[in-house]
Amino acid sequence: MCASGKYTSRGPALIPRMKTKHRIYYITLFSVVLLGLIATGMFQFWPHSIESTAEWSLDRRSVHDAPLVRLPVSSPIPERGDLSCRMHTCFDVYRCGYNPKNRIKVYIYPLQRFVDEVGVPISSTGLSREYNDLLSAISDSDFYTDDVTRACLFVPSIDVLNQNSLRIRETAQALAMLPRWDKGMNHLLFNMLPGGPPDYSTALDVPRDRALLAGGGFSTWTYRQGYDVSIPVYSPLSADVELPEKQPGPRRYFILSSQTAIHREYRAELERLKEENGEALLLLDKCSNLSQGAASARKRCYKGQVFDYPQILQESSFCVVLRGARLGQATLSDVLQAGCIPVILADSYILPFSEVLDWKRASVVIPEEKLPEMYTILKSIPHRQVEEMQRQTRWFWDAYFSSMKAIGMTALEIINDRIYPYAARTYEQWNNPPVVKWSSVNSPLFLPLIPPRSPGFTAVVLTYDRIESLFRVITEISKVPSLAKLLVVWNNQNKSPPEGEKKFKCPECTAIDGLSLDQTHMVERSECINKFASVFGTMPLKVVEHRADPVLYKDDFPEKLKSFPNIGSL
Amino acid sequence: MQAKKRYFILLSAGACLVLLFYFGGAQLPASGRNRHDRSRHGYRSDQPWPHFSDPLHQFLPWDQPDTEEYNIHISPRQKRDVNTSVYKGKRCRMDSCFDFSRCKKNDFKVYVYPQQKGEKISESYQNILSTIEGSRFYTSDPGQACLFVLSLDTLDRDQLSPQYVHNLKTKVQNLPLWNNGRNHLIFNLYSGTWPDYTEDLGFDIGQAMLAKASISTENFRPNFDVSIPLFSKEHPRTGGERGFLKYNSIPPFRKYMLVFKGKRYLTGIGSDTRNALYHVHNQEDVVLLTTCKHGKDWQKHKDARCDKDNAEYDKYDYREMLHNSTFCLVPRGRRLGSFRFLEALQAACVPVMLSNGWELPFSEIINWNTAAVIGDERLLLQIPSTVRSIHQDKILALRQQTQFLWEAYFSSLEKIVLTTLEIIQDRVLQQESRSSVMWNSHPGGLFALPQYSAYLGDFPFYYATLGIKPHSKFTAVIHAVTPLVSQSQPILKLLASVAKSQYCAQIIVLWNCDKPLPAKHRWPATTVPVIVIEGENKVMSSRFLPYETIITDAVLSLDEDTVLSTTEVDFAFTVWQSFPERLVGYPARSHFWDSNKERWGYTSKWTNDYSMVLTGAAIYHRYYHFLYTNFLPASLKGMVDQLANCEDILMNFLVSAVTKLPPIKVTQKKQYKETMMGQSSRASRWADPDHFAQRQTCMNKFASWFGGMPLVHSQMRLDPVLFKDQVSILRKKYRDIERL
Repeated sequence: MCASGKYTSRGPALIPRMKTKHRIYYITLFSVVLLGLIATGMFQFWPHSIESTAEWSLDRRSVHDAPLVRLPVSSPIPERGDLSCRMHTCFDVYRCGYNPKNRIKVYIYPLQRFVDEVGVPISSTGLSREYNDLLSAISDSDFYTDDVTRACLFVPSIDVLNQNSLRIRETAQALAMLPRWDKGMNHLLFNMLPGGPPDYSTALDVPRDRALLAGGGFSTWTYRQGYDVSIPVYSPLSADVELPEKQPGPRRYFILSSQTAIHREYRAELERLKEENGEALLLLDKCSNLSQGAASARKRCYKGQVFDYPQILQESSFCVVLRGARLGQATLSDVLQAGCIPVILADSYILPFSEVLDWKRASVVIPEEKLPEMYTILKSIPHRQVEEMQRQTRWFWDAYFSSMKAIGMTALEIINDRIYPYAARTYEQWNNPPVVKWSSVNSPLFLPLIPPRSPGFTAVVLTYDRIESLFRVITEISKVPSLAKLLVVWNNQNKSPPEGEKKFKCPECTAIDGLSLDQTHMVERSECINKFASVFGTMPLKVVEHRADPVLYKDDFPEKLKSFPNIGSL
Repeated sequence: MQAKKRYFILLSAGACLVLLFYFGGAQLPASGRNRHDRSRHGYRSDQPWPHFSDPLHQFLPWDQPDTEEYNIHISPRQKRDVNTSVYKGKRCRMDSCFDFSRCKKNDFKVYVYPQQKGEKISESYQNILSTIEGSRFYTSDPGQACLFVLSLDTLDRDQLSPQYVHNLKTKVQNLPLWNNGRNHLIFNLYSGTWPDYTEDLGFDIGQAMLAKASISTENFRPNFDVSIPLFSKEHPRTGGERGFLKYNSIPPFRKYMLVFKGKRYLTGIGSDTRNALYHVHNQEDVVLLTTCKHGKDWQKHKDARCDKDNAEYDKYDYREMLHNSTFCLVPRGRRLGSFRFLEALQAACVPVMLSNGWELPFSEIINWNTAAVIGDERLLLQIPSTVRSIHQDKILALRQQTQFLWEAYFSSLEKIVLTTLEIIQDRVLQQESRSSVMWNSHPGGLFALPQYSAYLGDFPFYYATLGIKPHSKFTAVIHAVTPLVSQSQPILKLLASVAKSQYCAQIIVLWNCDKPLPAKHRWPATTVPVIVIEGENKVMSSRFLPYETIITDAVLSLDEDTVLSTTEVDFAFTVWQSFPERLVGYPARSHFWDSNKERWGYTSKWTNDYSMVLTGAAIYHRYYHFLYTNFLPASLKGMVDQLANCEDILMNFLVSAVTKLPPIKVTQKKQYKETMMGQSSRASRWADPDHFAQRQTCMNKFASWFGGMPLVHSQMRLDPVLFKDQVSILRKKYRDIERL
């Protein structure tokens, strides 16, 4: 264990030679130290498990090891949160600095267990599984830094995902105690379930100074555009249920409503729609005969008929996502996972990641007031668009909703894009599903321009050693008025290019196509095409049946009046 | 020896003590109260987040009642009403301050208050009002209106300005329709004045929306206000200057990397950034010039650098710099917006924004990251390295996007005003609103009408972006104007040869003849369905109506006496598939500038180029039917109907205005009907001598509405690949084309 061990074993041989007085002194000293060490070791590891002789750096650890922090009653409380905060007023950009990788650095505070003066924890659940997943994901990502002095963004380890499990005042005090809090500057809080009864505010009620909030369920009145990040409410089913990806196309039901806690006024409205449109609608509710719990979360019922949830979502083209007490609903995530198009009825709701995601491509947003018109509105959407949206929903879920990691990384990417806007991801990168990314064609010269003739063109002539042929090409090309420059690429290492001004002529030019007629040459070129196509993963070449001619080509018209009289004479 | 051993033991004991302290120390802070100790060596912070092994709670317990309580207490309707009453003034949103019920379904109408005598209105505001009055949104009936625009000039609310309108508060309050500003839109360019330049307009705007320049993110009410660009008095009403970029150069670098030339404010708001510019100026490729010489008493505030700066400033020509720089700095002025922004955009000089908190123009719909570099005033010194780090591919894209945005939304006052109205319309119609792709890619939101379809694949512009292809068939629309009397009439021949095309899905006969519809059996039997539609008003424009029966993307538009072979149809359609956004036709015409008469001329002579194809035989996307009917003003369509002429010219104007490209001529065909070929003595509108003169007049009338000449010349005609080549005719797929 330590260097002393070795000498202790030899001790008995040495000790007799010492003076007794000294011997006793050393032995006592030694025993005290040893005992102390053993006691410390026991105290350290005993209460948890004998096995965990493991070091701090090893993975298996318990949240109960986290140091306990007692909050004095008088501990300061941050300010409520400033609605006018924007990146240029409440965010310290100097912390992020100039960075060739255009990547922000994120620091995570080590876990602490906060309790009030009498020892009651500030949160009834402590660190939740989801928040732990989120922090692990950040710490495994390239955003992470363990150097607090280099960090641009700070993420507290205080879990505020669900406001219901928090003691507001004490949580706020705990935030203010964080060593780098500094009025919440550059701090990011993740909250998915804000507010509480009776009036359920749409943003976390914990006073938080200038901290940024990644919140699920913002309304347009609480969301600070360009400062906060709107995130989804994670659905625990995402981790437990695997839904196979379903091809876009018509489904058994047209509209499905699967939420269990729908306001009775809205339920009545949905019932009315059901009466009018019959089988096209399926209205599910919770099953009355099942007890509460995880099992009941996986079942839905309609008049005694039991359906598996969320599997049933895959049977419908559109799925209703109505506001509850809160604007953000975990159902949205389930619906997207099932490839069902969400019909969102939640006035003033800021959709998840709306700063970068184009929700028009993956959802239908209908004002709550227009619920009675829902069927008509959805029916008017063209089929092709419905399929497109179905594909888009699944892609959004895969990329941005499927796990706490996906949610956390997306939120950080969004903030990163704000700090380095010139290196931000593009609309296409955020919104195009892989299938579109593969098949779409985006020309780097996308502006419709008809360039003037004046700059002319540069001729590039590739050559090997057929000098006569080269000279003939040069002679011909140099007659062209728009030629601005002629570049000859000499592609022969064994010979040096001809020098000086040679007279350009072609005494015995061979047939131009002499080479292409060669059989092996053609075979080689076919091989090239196959090789290239396999590397591209697709055949990018397109076949057309037209060619461009001058307007008066081959017309019965005086040649001298034609702009391009000699075309086709070869 | 003994001493040595003693030392050993002492040393080991010491080591153990250190260890003890170490472990003990780890334990201490848990119960300790000193935060600083704890963070330093307690729960070590220099390690990644640990992987906890214990079972953790879920953040959302299964049995947490979500809305039970809520369900009993508040009705959602009540809750909405509460929002409406609470969120007013600075917190206005469409949900709380806009009355949607005023806007009829599918109809977004704008009312402009009649101008009152004795009220002076600036030219700019007058132009805004007449643009609205000339647009398809205008209504003179306030009862029909969804949106109201004041006739009181609110553009300049700087009290020191000569344009400032006094007593606006009372004037506005006295308006009978004011209704506390509900559903009103107020245009404003300048607000506040020296020294603090507040964004207050100096009167109570109630629940009105603002279309305002230089608006800050703090004051901007998202999805309620509209941020508009700051434009000068000289900004043209229609048309406007084209983008400066004529061709792309690669690599895309210009002589200068970054330039700026403008006033420097020595003191007061907004002065910091411009005062610091000299730090970055390097006289070579980063040229940032400021002058102190402005205002009456500049000498009073003059600082040590002024003389040097002023001298440097005079050495450079502003326009030369604009056109020869890759990036142009746009620092804030006294207010957040500055003229430099639009100037840079037009000049294809990528704007580098240094105006913290400016809600960029039309930010609701434009993704500015694709056309500008958003800098941070606090990081001025990093700007040169930032712009240098931008890859040339990105510069090329940024530069092209400046040109697209300039021409789509900014080049004229009309575009700025219409864009503002379209943004509000998108909010009102919700389901029928444009997606981000429609706003941010060619041809832009003003030409892509969401009322046609919300699906991008239904438009001719986005096939490549989506990676899809148009329908593989077309619908023929034959415009019939003469009664069916004999079986040898050209229309019957035409029907037969079009129906034979492998790409023909259906034929629609538009019966625009005064005689009643012929009996069904009079039409020849064809393999494709023939649908006869009776034209409602029997007017010319009806041939371009967006009939619901047109189910294919492509439309083959035909006159009844057009002579066309199946091969020609087939070939033109395959060409169109490669150019789905263009007009593809056979006989072509051209326009030219007649400098003697100072007007546009029209010619049907055989020339080396063309700019129109006749729509008596042309293939194009069905979206253009929708656009022709819904985008063009009643005045132009009315002119066409009245003359029964020029509809093809108008269609060519429209498509070229949208695409900025010429139409496509296929094959040698110069005429397409017997009357043109002089073989028929029948009276035809083509034989009418007035016909030609009318077409000249049309051209000039159209050009003035479009604010310029949208037609573009082309010297290219498309023929089948083996056309007139010296190979066996049997090898040619479209061999009939040569025989004609």
